[in-house]
Amino acid sequence: MADITGANWFARRPRLVALPRFRLRLNARAAIGGSFVLLVCASALLARWLAPHPPLDQDLMNALVPPFWLDGGDISFPLGTDDLGRDILSRILYGARITMTIALLSAIVACIVGSMVGLVAGFYGGVVDQIVSRMIDTWVAFPPVLLAIVLSAMLGAGITSVVIAIAVVDWTRFARIIRAEAQVQAQMDYVAASHILGLRRAAIMMLEVLPNIMPLIVTLLTVEMGIAAVVESVLSFAGETVAGDYPTWGSMIAAGRGTIHHGWWLLVFPSVCLIATVLSFNLLGDGLRRLIDPVHR
Amino acid sequence: MNEPAIQIDNLQVRLADGRMLLRGVSVAVSPGEVHGLVGESGAGKSMIGKTILGTLPHGAVIQSGRIMFGGQDLMEMSFDKRRGLMGCDIALIPQDPLMSLNPVRRIRRQMIDLMRLRLGMDRSTALRRAIELLDQVSIHEPERVIDLYPHELSGGMRQRVLIAMAFAGKPRLIIADEPTTALDVTVQRTVLQVLRAMQQQHGSAVLFITHDLGLVAKLCRTMTVLHAGRVLEQGPTSEVISAPVHPYTRALLASTPRFDRPSSLLQPIPRSLADSLWLEARTWDHYVGASI
Amino acid sequence: MTTIIEAQDLRVSVPDSRRTRLFGRPHQLEIVHGIDLTIEAGEAVGLVGESGSGKTTLGRALVRLVRPSGGHLRFYGNEIANLGDFEMRTLRSKMQMIFQDPHSSLNPRLTVGTTLMRSLSVFGQTVSRQERYERTIELLDMVGLPEEVFARYPHQLSGGQRQRIGIARALALKPDFIVADEIVSGLDVSTQAQILLLLRDLRERLKLTLVFISHDLSVVRVLCDRVIVLQQGRVVENGACDEVFAAPSAPYTRALIDAIPLPDVDLHWLDEDMPHAPTLPLPTPMKAQLAKI
Repeated sequence: MADITGANWFARRPRLVALPRFRLRLNARAAIGGSFVLLVCASALLARWLAPHPPLDQDLMNALVPPFWLDGGDISFPLGTDDLGRDILSRILYGARITMTIALLSAIVACIVGSMVGLVAGFYGGVVDQIVSRMIDTWVAFPPVLLAIVLSAMLGAGITSVVIAIAVVDWTRFARIIRAEAQVQAQMDYVAASHILGLRRAAIMMLEVLPNIMPLIVTLLTVEMGIAAVVESVLSFAGETVAGDYPTWGSMIAAGRGTIHHGWWLLVFPSVCLIATVLSFNLLGDGLRRLIDPVHR
Repeated sequence: MNEPAIQIDNLQVRLADGRMLLRGVSVAVSPGEVHGLVGESGAGKSMIGKTILGTLPHGAVIQSGRIMFGGQDLMEMSFDKRRGLMGCDIALIPQDPLMSLNPVRRIRRQMIDLMRLRLGMDRSTALRRAIELLDQVSIHEPERVIDLYPHELSGGMRQRVLIAMAFAGKPRLIIADEPTTALDVTVQRTVLQVLRAMQQQHGSAVLFITHDLGLVAKLCRTMTVLHAGRVLEQGPTSEVISAPVHPYTRALLASTPRFDRPSSLLQPIPRSLADSLWLEARTWDHYVGASI
Repeated sequence: MTTIIEAQDLRVSVPDSRRTRLFGRPHQLEIVHGIDLTIEAGEAVGLVGESGSGKTTLGRALVRLVRPSGGHLRFYGNEIANLGDFEMRTLRSKMQMIFQDPHSSLNPRLTVGTTLMRSLSVFGQTVSRQERYERTIELLDMVGLPEEVFARYPHQLSGGQRQRIGIARALALKPDFIVADEIVSGLDVSTQAQILLLLRDLRERLKLTLVFISHDLSVVRVLCDRVIVLQQGRVVENGACDEVFAAPSAPYTRALIDAIPLPDVDLHWLDEDMPHAPTLPLPTPMKAQLAKI
């Protein structure tokens, strides 16, 4: 890189999240995970055009139709129908909207809050750390799902309340892990060196330590998305979710429990989608970490 | 006895990615002799020890060469037979005792386990032998020390415990891989005294791997100078150090700081010399290494 | 000759990890027990000791990375022992440190260029990016590194190169006083020689005052005019290098010198019994620790 001059140096300075510059050579995990996540997002966004039927349309004449490859199946209902004649595939596609929105939003909120709290507590130590640690310890003592359900019930139905409920419970996961890592980094000589060069503590934290924690944060974020998707389903399962018959994967799974014997497809397909989505989030996270981290590239 | 304790002939080791680690190394150590293996980091000196012990990194291939030990080629031996030698007839004294001893087990447990597994002793015999060994390496109150955890001992004591464990099986060959690098200089001297005493007592040959020419000068009767997996100079220490033939050996000596000489004599190894040596190594790869 | 650093009865403690408390500040363990020393401008002083001697702690105290727990520390005559972070900031450009471990002393996720440019921009001088860039290249040149290194990450460089960058970083703010903490300890003999010669050269050119911490007396001899020997947190020897090496006054120093294996063939070196280095009378907490040795 002998052609770096002062002029284009600035353009090439490393960013907080140091992506490889010219070609995004994806590794297998990021590619597979990322594609599936994109697929789910796309289906969510394009549900209106992809779904063969409106999700809320009941057709009692065609209740409990099996998937098309089985006896009695119908290609116009590719994954079958539920007990009210609503098309499973369409409901899954529309349900993806809720799941993805909630997964993304709550993960991002939990990540930002938790990471910042953890970073400050781990880096500064002392009284701040003591307060934050005690707070986390107390917070974590509440059974998380229960807490989410109670919050959800208190805040009423709707996407915002579910997002808040999940974020309020899960920020502690970020805080603990980031705090531990921040403590480790704060002991490193490069932090001492920056201190000696006169950098303010806050600046050291954001400019020196944060880039070293970024890969971890990104990985945790994607894992959290998977967790949030599952928690959303649990909340739906428990009845605390967005209003109306709007389909969510969780409520589909809940409803599908009752018809396992004569309509297994009501339960199985949403579950499979949920599992696949969570898996792909994890894969994406792992792959992204390898892309972002200059040390492990 | 004319037969060497260990004889390495033309050892060639290649890494998984094609790089050569050892380029035809030949070393012979007589019984009861301390042989110094000296070189900079990356020269391959630790690798020789690892090849003998069979602990090369994953994917490394021994392209060619023999290691004659007790009249047999280690490379040709069956896996079980070779494993049977390790810990008894051939023992290792590793570098960092903190990494080599299990931190959650007491010394007693580690030593007894070793002796029961490798030497087939029963528990009470093993315990007696362990205490006897600890006493031989000049550890005071061995009965008390044996019940401690590794982190409760000082660095010098830990290293002496490792020496004791190495000599448990009355080995014919000891591979000492930078055994004193992590120690203070005064402690280093004590530990080396202990090592030499044990070596003389048991009549074991020692392959002493180090980057410190001073240690080789004080401890080893014969030595080998390595660079890029090649032997550059070999012979009795008295000759190699006082009258080095190879320019690399001379340069290595000149770059070692000495408090008894003016600092103006200190000279790093010239770039041209390093470059030409690497060129020789690559040439070797091309003509000899690749033809196999 | 100006006195740059003056320490009187300096004491430094570190948190004692073995005695924990539920709340509040952890118990402190005193590492440096009341030492006196003076460093004049332009001197190169070697600080020698074995592990546990307190040399690293003392070095960090001299650049005020840690706050001394007692005694006086003066920099150009000004008392700095109890200054807060804010007041210290203005003095920071005058005293710098080079660290031991080339792995952790450079931020592994920032390029060399970013690290060096950042060290130049700290004091809010409105120097343009272009000027900082040029100064960075100048620094790299001063330590013998090519321009290409600018865009490299630390893990792509050798130990010797990383240590040179540590030196460049320390020189960035044009300090008067530099503490080098075991900077050649993990390096090959030849790389070590290169770094030592580089440091000697820079010291002459830039008229630096240097404190060179090491456990290796031979290395100290290359670079230093004066040597201070520490044992268990106390100064046992303080004098000109030539005198100390020829005729050390402390038995401990004698023991250290004798224990160094010079590359002269002498197979009887190990036979000689080292004169037993008497230990100093110790305060009780340390005795318990040392009973294990």
